Amino acid sequence: MSRTYVGMPAFPRAAAVSAGDTTLRANLRTATHTIRAKRAEAVAELDDWDRLRAAGAAVKDRTLRHLDHYLLQLEENVTRAGGTVHWAADAAEANRIVTGLVQATGESEVVKVKSMVTQEIGLNDALERAGIRAYETDLAELIVQLGDDLPSHILVPAIHRGRSEIRDIFREHMADWGRPAPEGLTDRPADLAEAARLHLREKFLRAKVAVSGANFMVAETGTLVVVESEGNGRMCLTLPDTLISVVGIEKTVPTWRDLEIYLQLLPRSSTAERMNPYTSTWTGTTADDGPRAFHLVLLDNGRTDTLADQVGRQALRCIRCSACLNVCPVYERAGGHAYGSPYPGPIGAILTPQLRGLTSPLEESLPFASSLCGACYEVCPVAIDIPDVLVHLRERVVQGGETTIRGTRTVIKPAKGHTMERAMMRTTGWVLDHPAALRRGQRLAARARRALPRRLPGPGRAWSDTRDLPEVPPESFRDWWERTRGGDA
Amino acid sequence: MTAAHGAGPGPGSRTSHPSRERILGRIRRALADVPSYERPADHPVPRDYLRTHGSRTPAESVDLLADNLSDYRATVHRTDTAGLPALLAELLARRGTRSVAVPPGLPGGWLTDAAVEPVVDSPSLSAGALDAVDSVVTGCALAIAETGTVILDGGPDQGRRRITLVPDHHVCVVRVADQVVDSVPQALERLSPARPLTWISGPSATSDIELDRVEGVHGPRTLEVVLLVEDDR
Ligand code: SF4
Repeated sequence: MSRTYVGMPAFPRAAAVSAGDTTLRANLRTATHTIRAKRAEAVAELDDWDRLRAAGAAVKDRTLRHLDHYLLQLEENVTRAGGTVHWAADAAEANRIVTGLVQATGESEVVKVKSMVTQEIGLNDALERAGIRAYETDLAELIVQLGDDLPSHILVPAIHRGRSEIRDIFREHMADWGRPAPEGLTDRPADLAEAARLHLREKFLRAKVAVSGANFMVAETGTLVVVESEGNGRMCLTLPDTLISVVGIEKTVPTWRDLEIYLQLLPRSSTAERMNPYTSTWTGTTADDGPRAFHLVLLDNGRTDTLADQVGRQALRCIRCSACLNVCPVYERAGGHAYGSPYPGPIGAILTPQLRGLTSPLEESLPFASSLCGACYEVCPVAIDIPDVLVHLRERVVQGGETTIRGTRTVIKPAKGHTMERAMMRTTGWVLDHPAALRRGQRLAARARRALPRRLPGPGRAWSDTRDLPEVPPESFRDWWERTRGGDA
Repeated sequence: MTAAHGAGPGPGSRTSHPSRERILGRIRRALADVPSYERPADHPVPRDYLRTHGSRTPAESVDLLADNLSDYRATVHRTDTAGLPALLAELLARRGTRSVAVPPGLPGGWLTDAAVEPVVDSPSLSAGALDAVDSVVTGCALAIAETGTVILDGGPDQGRRRITLVPDHHVCVVRVADQVVDSVPQALERLSPARPLTWISGPSATSDIELDRVEGVHGPRTLEVVLLVEDDR
C-alpha cells in the first residue's frame, strides 16, 4: 500500500478491493459496532443533548456566516498573546510555510500530533523532500507510519490492523525510525503501548519543533484547543521550543464560552466518554511554560469553495468526531481507504468532493457512496444534514452546474460515467426539471424507509439496497455492488 | 466583537500578505448570500441547554466526582488536613517513589511525612531530568463532577505543564470545599483562557489497538486524586 491518495481508484472499485478483505471487514465491524453502542450510552446521559446539538450547529453557522470577521479577531488575539499567524491559500503554500519555519530553527526533525489537516496537505512528504523527518506520535499514526500505510478511520486510524500485525510492524520497523522494539515483544495491547511509549519518549525529550492541528480556535481570546487521549498531544504542545499549528479556517468558534457546548458534544460523540483523558488549551506563548515560539498556519485549501455552496457549506461545521463513520453501513463494508482522502465515511463523502472540487472520477463517485439511510445525520453532534448534501452533490455530478473551484466560479459539465444515473433521472420524467422535488423525494423516501423497508427512486436506489442486507452480508462487496448497482437498479 | 462582516483588516493585522487578502476576499465572495446588514450576533444561537445536569448538594457533587474519576480508572482517596501528609507519604511509599517533582508553591507540610527527595519545578528543570523522577504531587485549579475531570492552570501549587506529564505517577489534590463544580459550563466560566490549561480525566489511555482500552501511552499511567476536606478556619 503506498502512502499516497493520488491516483486512488474511484470509490466503488476501491471499496470492492477493501470489502474482499475479510479481516478488514471483521475488524471494522467489531470496532464500529462497539463504539456505536458506547456512544449511545454516553449521549443518553445528557437529557439536553438535542439542545446542545442545536447550539453546536448554530454557533458554527454564526461563525461561518461571518468567518472573515472571526478570523481577523482570532489573528489579532493570537498575535497579541505572542503568536505569529500565517495564511495559506492551499496545500502547497501551507507546506512551504511550515517547511520554512522548521528550517529557520535549524532542526531536521519534528514531532507531530495527529492532525487530519496535515494529512490533507501531505505535509510529511513535503518535509521529507526538504530533508526534515516528521515523527508521528499518536499510537495509531505511529502504527500507520511504521507500516508505510494510510489511516482508515478518523479516530482509530489503524482500525484495520489487528494486534499481531501491529507487533510485527513494531518488530520490523521501529529500529528504522529510532529505538527498536523490546526483545520478545508480545501482542498484548499493554505491551504494544509500552513499546510505543519507550520508542517515542526519546523523541519527545529531544524534540525542538512540534507540529499540531487543533480542534477549536477561540476568536475572542486567541486560544487553541487540542482534545486527545494518549498524552502525545501534551508532549508536543509543551516540551519543544517551537510549536507550529496548522488549522483549517473553519475550526474557529467565536467565544470562550462556546467551548462549553463542544467540550460536551465532542468526547461523547467520538470516544463515547464523558470527557477524553486530556484536553489542552493555550493562548499564544506563556513565559517559562511551553514553547517560546508559536506559529499558527490558517489553511483554506478548498474551504472557501465549500463555503460558497449554500447547501454544502454545513459540512464545515464538522468537529471530526467520527460518529457518522461508525453508523454508516457503506463505511462498514467499504473501509476507510476507499474514500481516497484523510476524511473517510459519510463526512468524507461530502467534504472531499467539496474541498477538492468535482474534478476526478473519485470525487464524482463519493456522493454516491451512501444509502441515504440518514443514520449519519441522526448521530451528528452538529446536525449536518449529510444526506441532503449528498443528494445536492449527486445533482451536481449528474447534471453539472455552477460551483467554485479555488475561489473562481465555474460551470462544470455533467460527469462522464453517470449516464446510467442520467438515464434513470430521465425515466423519472419531470424530475430533471425539478431537482428540488427530486431531492425532497429522495429524502422523504430515505426517512420513510427506516420505518418501512422500501427502495429509493432514482440513483439513490442502488445504495438504498444496502439497508436490506443482513448485518453480515453473504456476498462480497463487489458482488453486492454489481448486483444492486449494475443489475436490477 | 468590533469589526462587522465585510469590514477591512482589524487592528491586529500584521501585514497585507497576499494569501491573507486572497482568503478573506474568497470568504466575502462566498458569503454573498449573507445580507450586508447582518451582524454576527444577529444569527441566533439558542442557549437553552442545561447549566448542570441534575441538582446536587455539595457532598453529592463530590461523590459524583469520585465515582466518575474511578470509572476512568483514576484512584480516589479522601482525607482531611491532618491526614494529608500521612496519606501522601503512604501513596508515594506504596509506589516505591524516591524522587518527587513538586511545584514551587506546594503548600508547606504536605510532604513532611514522606521519605522522598523533592525536585522543585523551575524553568531550568529539563524534560530529561523530569524523566528520571518517579512521581509528581500537585494541587489543581478546579474539578468537574459530571465528567470526572481535574483541571490544572499552572498556578503556584501546580507548576509548569511538563511536571505533570513526564513522570509516570501523578498525585493530584482537590480541595473539595471550593474547587469542585458540577459541569463543563460552570468550569469554563471560572477559568482564565489566558493561562495554559490541562484538563485531565483519568490516566492517559489509548484504544488504538483493536479498541482495547490500555492505560497510559505517554502521560502518567497512574493518576491518584486526593479529595481533601480542609479544616474550617
Ligand atoms: S459530520 Fe458530524 S458526525 Fe461526522 S465527523 Fe463531522 S461532526 Fe462528527
